[in-house]
Amino acid sequence: MTVQADQVGTPAAARPTAASAGRRRGRLRPGGALVIAVLVIAAIVWLIPFAWAIATSLKPDEETTATPVSWTASTVTFDAYDSILGRGDIFRWYFNSALVSVVVTGLTVLLGSMAAFAFSRIRFRGREVLYFLIAAGLIVPFQALIVPLFEEMDTLGLVDTYWAIILPQVASPIAVLVFKRFFDGIPRELEESALVDGASAWRIYWQIWMPLARPATAAVAIFTFVITWNNFIWPFVVTTARSLQTIPVGLSTVNSFYGAQYAQIMALAILGALPLLIAFLLFQKQIVQGISNTGLKG
Amino acid sequence: MATQQQSLSTSAIDVRPRGARRRHDDRERAGWALATPFFVLYFLFLLWPVLAAAWKSLFSDSLAGGEADFRGLGNYGELLGDGDFWASMWHTVLFTLLSTPPLILLPLVFALLVNRVAKGQWLFRLAFFAPYVLPVSVIVLVWNWLYQPGFGLINGYLTELGLAEVNWLGAEGTAMISVVIATVWWTLGFNFVLFLAGLQEIPTELYDAAKTDGAGAWAQIRWITLPLLLPTTVLVAVLQIIASLKVFDQIYLLLQGGPNFSTRPAIQYIYENGFTQYRVGYASALSFVFFLVIVAISVLLFAGLRRLQRGTPAS
Repeated sequence: MTVQADQVGTPAAARPTAASAGRRRGRLRPGGALVIAVLVIAAIVWLIPFAWAIATSLKPDEETTATPVSWTASTVTFDAYDSILGRGDIFRWYFNSALVSVVVTGLTVLLGSMAAFAFSRIRFRGREVLYFLIAAGLIVPFQALIVPLFEEMDTLGLVDTYWAIILPQVASPIAVLVFKRFFDGIPRELEESALVDGASAWRIYWQIWMPLARPATAAVAIFTFVITWNNFIWPFVVTTARSLQTIPVGLSTVNSFYGAQYAQIMALAILGALPLLIAFLLFQKQIVQGISNTGLKG
Repeated sequence: MATQQQSLSTSAIDVRPRGARRRHDDRERAGWALATPFFVLYFLFLLWPVLAAAWKSLFSDSLAGGEADFRGLGNYGELLGDGDFWASMWHTVLFTLLSTPPLILLPLVFALLVNRVAKGQWLFRLAFFAPYVLPVSVIVLVWNWLYQPGFGLINGYLTELGLAEVNWLGAEGTAMISVVIATVWWTLGFNFVLFLAGLQEIPTELYDAAKTDGAGAWAQIRWITLPLLLPTTVLVAVLQIIASLKVFDQIYLLLQGGPNFSTRPAIQYIYENGFTQYRVGYASALSFVFFLVIVAISVLLFAGLRRLQRGTPAS
C-alpha cells in the first residue's frame, strides 16, 4: 500500500522500484472466456444508467414516460437540448464551477506546496507543531462544520460571494501532505548546491523544487479540481443567489424549476456530467492516478 | 537574497558566527513566510469552526447578531434526550453498514477479474470509474429517473419479466437500499482502482512459482492474492467506513431524508436545525458531538490499521 502511495509522493528517479509496478500489466494470465464474459456484463450494467439518460434525452418529452419502457421513440430529437441551451442556466453553472475550481486548485497547489516546502526543507521553530496541526486536519469531517462555518462567513460578510465558496476549500491538508512526502524524497545535494549560490528560500522553492514536483503538482491539481467541481454541500449552504450556483447546486434545483420534463432533465444531467466526463475520457490514466493516490490520504 | 550575499562578502574572520546567525534568522523567517499563508486559511476555515462549534454549543439558540444566553451544557442535555437526533445517527450508521460490504466486495471481485485480463484493462476501468467523476446531482437525477414507478427503467423491466414493481423511493423499507445501490454504482470505481493498484504490486514471481507447483487459478487467489492484498483491503475498508459516515448529499437530494424521515442522516439533521430551524446553539452542539464521534472512529480505525501494517511485512 505504501509503495503505491509513494508513486506520486516521490520522484521517479529516487524510487527505481516504483517504475517496475507498471511493467507487470500487460502480462498474459490464464483468464478464459468466463472472466471476460462476467466483466463485459458488469461493464454493461455499469454503463446502462448513462445510456438510458442519453436515450431519454433524445426522445420527445411526451414519449419519455411511455410504457412498456423502450430505448427508442418515434423520432430522435434534440429538442430537449435546444430548450436547455436556450434557457442558458447551464452556461452560468459552467462558468461558476470553472471559476471556483480553477481558483481553488491554483491556490491549493501554490499555498499547499509552499507550506510543504517549508515543513520539508526549512528548520524553523514551531514547524513540528504547525505540521501536526495540519496533519490532524485530515480526520476533521468538513461536513460537520457547515453550521459554524456559515456563521463565520456571515460574520465576515462573505455569504453569497465567490470567496465564501472558495476559501474554505483551499484549506485542504491533503495537498500539504502529498507535497511534503514528495519533497522529502528529493536528495539533499540539490538544495546544498543552491544554498552555496546564495539563493533565497523562495527562489529555491520556485525555481528548483516546483519544477521537480510536477508529478505531485499534477496529482494534487487533478484531485483538487475534481473534488471542488463536484462539491455540493458547501456551495449549497453558503449561497442562495442563483447567479452563484455551481453545477451540482444548480442541477439540484432542476426538479423544482424544470418540472417533470424528463427529456430536458436528462439532457441537463448529461450536460452537467459532460465537462469532467470529457476530461476523464481524454486523461483517464492521469485522473485515475491523481484521484486515487491523493485520495488515499484523505 | 541580498542579505545573504552581503554576509558572504564580509571579512573572513567574523563571517562564520555572523553569517551563521544571520542564515539562521533568515531560515526562521523564510519558514514562517512560506507556511503562514496556508496555515492562516487552515486555521480560519478548519480549526476555528471546530472551536466555534464547541463555544456556541454552550449558548441558547439565536441567530448571529442577537444576544445569546449562556446555557451551559443545556444543549447537550437536550441532545441526549432527542430521539430524532439519535434516529438520524442510526440512519447514518445503517447507511454505513449497508454500503461498506458491497463497496469492498464488488470492487475487489471486479479488480481480481480485470487483473486477469491481458489486454483492454483500461476499457473496464473506464466503465467502472467514470461514474466517480460525476457530480452527485447528476447521480441523483439519473437514478431518480431509473427508480420511477411504472415508466422507470428498472420497474419497467421488472414488469416485463412478470415480477412485481418495487416502490424504490417511496417505501420506508426500500428507500435506504435504493440510495445504497446508487451510491455503489457511483463510488465503486475509487475502491476498484485502489484494489487494482494493490494487485499490481504483488510480484509475478510468486504466481510463477505457484504455477510450477501446480497451483490452479483459485488456489493462487486463495493463497497468494488475497493474503497479500489484505493490507489494501483493510485500508479500503477504513476509508470507506469513514466516507460512508459522512453521508448527506445523495440521501438529501434523492429522498430529502424521507419517506417519513426514515433515511435522514445525522448531517441532514444538523443542517435542518441550523438552517431551517435557525437553532444555531443547538445545531452547534449537534455538530460538535458528530465531529467528536467521527474523529474518535477515525483515530481508532487508523490506529488499528497502523498496528496491522506494522504486523505484516511490507510488500
